[in-house]
Amino acid sequence: MEESLIAVTILWSFLFVYSMLGSLDFGSGFWGMVYGKNKNTNASAIANRFLSPTWEVTNVFLVLLVVALVSFFPFATSMLGTLLLVPIGLGLILLTIRTTFMVFAHHVQKFGDMLRVTSGLTGLLIPALLVSILPITLGGFIEMENGYPQLMYGKLLSSSTTYMHILFGLSTELFLSALFLTDYAREAGDQSAFRTYRMHTIWLGPLTMVIAVLTIFTMPSEASWLVDNVGENLYGFGMSIAFFLIGYILLFVKKPNGEVGYTRWAVIAVILQYGFAIYAYGSAHLPYMVYPHLTISDGFTNPAMFYQLLIAYIIGLSILVPAFILFWRLFLKDKRYVKQE
Amino acid sequence: MDTVDLARALFGSSLGFHIIYATIGVGVPLMIIIAEVMYIIKKDKDYALMAKRWTKGFAILLAVAIASGTIVGVLMSLLFPGFMEIVGQVIALPFQIEIFAFLIEAVFMSIYLYAADRLPAWMRLVSIISVAIGAVGSAILITDAHAWMNTPAGFEMTANGEVINVDPWAAFFNPSFFVTATHVAVSAYMTVAFLIGSIAGLRLLRSSISSEERKYHQKSFMIAVYLGAFMSLATAINGHETAQMLHEYNPRKLAAAEGLFETTDYAPLSIGGWTSREKEEVLYAIEIPYALSFLAGDRFDTEVKGLNEYPEELWPPLYVHTLFNVMVGIGSVLIALSLFAIFWRHVLKKDWPGWVLALFVAGGPLALIGIEAGWCFSCIGRQPYTIVNVLKTADAATKANNVGVLFVLFISLYVVLLFVTVFVMSFYFKRNPVQKELEQRGV
Ligand code: HDD
Ligand code: HEM
Ligand code: HEM
Repeated sequence: MEESLIAVTILWSFLFVYSMLGSLDFGSGFWGMVYGKNKNTNASAIANRFLSPTWEVTNVFLVLLVVALVSFFPFATSMLGTLLLVPIGLGLILLTIRTTFMVFAHHVQKFGDMLRVTSGLTGLLIPALLVSILPITLGGFIEMENGYPQLMYGKLLSSSTTYMHILFGLSTELFLSALFLTDYAREAGDQSAFRTYRMHTIWLGPLTMVIAVLTIFTMPSEASWLVDNVGENLYGFGMSIAFFLIGYILLFVKKPNGEVGYTRWAVIAVILQYGFAIYAYGSAHLPYMVYPHLTISDGFTNPAMFYQLLIAYIIGLSILVPAFILFWRLFLKDKRYVKQE
Repeated sequence: MDTVDLARALFGSSLGFHIIYATIGVGVPLMIIIAEVMYIIKKDKDYALMAKRWTKGFAILLAVAIASGTIVGVLMSLLFPGFMEIVGQVIALPFQIEIFAFLIEAVFMSIYLYAADRLPAWMRLVSIISVAIGAVGSAILITDAHAWMNTPAGFEMTANGEVINVDPWAAFFNPSFFVTATHVAVSAYMTVAFLIGSIAGLRLLRSSISSEERKYHQKSFMIAVYLGAFMSLATAINGHETAQMLHEYNPRKLAAAEGLFETTDYAPLSIGGWTSREKEEVLYAIEIPYALSFLAGDRFDTEVKGLNEYPEELWPPLYVHTLFNVMVGIGSVLIALSLFAIFWRHVLKKDWPGWVLALFVAGGPLALIGIEAGWCFSCIGRQPYTIVNVLKTADAATKANNVGVLFVLFISLYVVLLFVTVFVMSFYFKRNPVQKELEQRGV
């Protein structure tokens, strides 16, 4: 494989990991807000129990994504930085509000509600902003001014693609987090939270699918290159739909012990669903980072740097894997944590 | 202001905001380790309570450290794409490795916070030590990138601006890396020691506290005094080496720091005052003859370069002299203060009187001002370059419009967050005063 292709694959894998972790993180914040006042269910407590120890790790993955982008593709920063200054800048402000208010809410009970609502709502806005970046890379929203790219905000904000992308991002966030929390609630043996989240998963799943398909139909004419490429990658998208169906059906299958739903397997199937879709989308997007101005080979660093970075990743990850296993055991498996009152 | 100036102002203020919380994030884990170890050695429950309360405060402040760090990390790519283009080719390693330091810190911090009661004591200690290593590791690694900007190494630049012959590890181990990283680490430890001293001093000044609580605060005050004395000495000694590094690699910055215009041997050290462009000297300063030459090269006849060696458009702003003086002045004052406190206690064998405590209350904020002044000196003293002799700031900055809008938004965010963190901290600790926790512990 060409070096720039390896690099973009690694980068895309980080994006995949972050889109999963980020959806769980922001989604849990949202559910925690929705059920915060509801005394009849522990749904909020379950969401917060997952969120408390994990948000820091999730945030590091966001930073990892940015660092990997600029270190693998330094020549892309100039264009991306100029184009994305405002959307990412706003995203950072919202992210800061969310992170700090979420942590503050744990410490100041008196204002807990206000802080929780703010962090829950910003948790919806952030993914919406982040996915609105995707259409920008498809072409049609950029004009060159004295040799420098500028974003055409008016066109972007009046385009139906933008809003379909945002809807898709939001429904994905809520679907993934509801499904995951269904499983986490089962692990905690909390029936009412389990029923609540399963109910949300069941209506969100098909909705997400419908929005995904509709999004492709709203692609503007400038993005016809992508639509054509998608046509050539139908295998990946087909697998994605198949895994969605498998995961969805698993939610209804009765287990031998009488419980409804193989939730753990459903989570895995849905992760595969998104995995196939994201990689298929990624390969349809190649070789462009920003159509038609920037390709991956334009952006790529020098090979000396690339190989040192690769080695650093391998060493770093091999040190961290044991730490992650310990982390998993303590917060996602240990009944004393998961089930605490 | 044009886009370049706005970008500099926005980035500089974001860093100035981040560094407050980041410094605390580097230093507090060490304080917690000390408290945990004291608890193991002395079996005194006060130390366990200390560790617990510091951890609480840390958890609140860490959220802001992480959020603001995410801001500066991303803003750097957005605002200085020309700089990042070279970073990505030459000095990407520390940024990359830093991520692993962050992950270690984040994973073990969660373990220490949320799994402490399920872990044996030694695992607790291992967790908090890992947090401390992750924190100081991230500081050292980011400082590596900063050191490389001051003393770039590990690549060559062709006439048309292409980067060739890249050696990522030569860039990593650039000439000023070790001395600068040490300076940053010890100054952070020093600052947090004095901040703890401020808090303990403030409580001890109250006459109304119980004797139990007084004992508790005296213990934390003691830790602060000793660690503060040790770390402030280390900061000054190592700061002296940093200045010698400047003399060797970046004499232009040293000349600006000292307000020296003409190259001379037997150069005097000017303390205080204001550098005058017209008179080419530092006005109203105290001059110590020969001292600058001695500082720079350990000999009175060391030749120190003056600003006139360089064309004026390559001079940094002359007010960096003041920034440098503030840092060194605060360093000296705090060494004197902490050594004096130790002398009073162990030679005179007396309790600290109120005015010593009151001076210590000022110590923490002063140390933070020292950090801000030091960083601003280092970054502004580098101007007009972002990478010394390689890349001008004007060429590094973004060409995007709209920086002004973001500037206003971010500054408002920082102001709000400063107030909210102070509010949350004081609310939390008012709700859970030491006295209450001491009493709860009894039953
Ligand atoms: C409490 C904080 C503090 C204190 C008391 C001192 N420093 Fe410092 N100094 C820093 C905190 C700091 C810093 C904020 O951490 C800097 C900014 C950039 C860096 O590398 O460290 C710094 C930079 C810095 C530099 C510039 C390095 C560069 O630009 O590459 C020099 C020459 C010194 N220091 C020298 C000293 C001396 C001689 C001190 C004598 C007491 C001293 N510092 C005390
Ligand atoms: C020398 C001054 C600095 C020190 C001492 C410092 C230290 C720290 C510390 C202790 C944290 C919290 C770590 C954690 O728990 O994750 C942090 C967060 C962070 N810092 Fe800084 N920092 C400094 C400057 C910078 C600069 C200049 C940048 C970027 C260009 C930066 C980028 C970050 C990022 C991205 C995070 C968030 C990481 C996360 O998501 O956990 N820092 N920093
Ligand atoms: C955290 C403490 C820091 C503070 C308070 C600080 C302060 C500043 C200030 C005031 C400026 C504006 C200078 C000017 O344009 O006149 C600046 C610029 C800059 N600093 Fe720092 N700095 C810090 C740490 C760092 C570190 C660790 C790095 C390296 C990774 C760094 C990289 C930069 C860059 C790239 C610029 C913009 C380009 C330039 O103006 O040269 N800073 N900083």
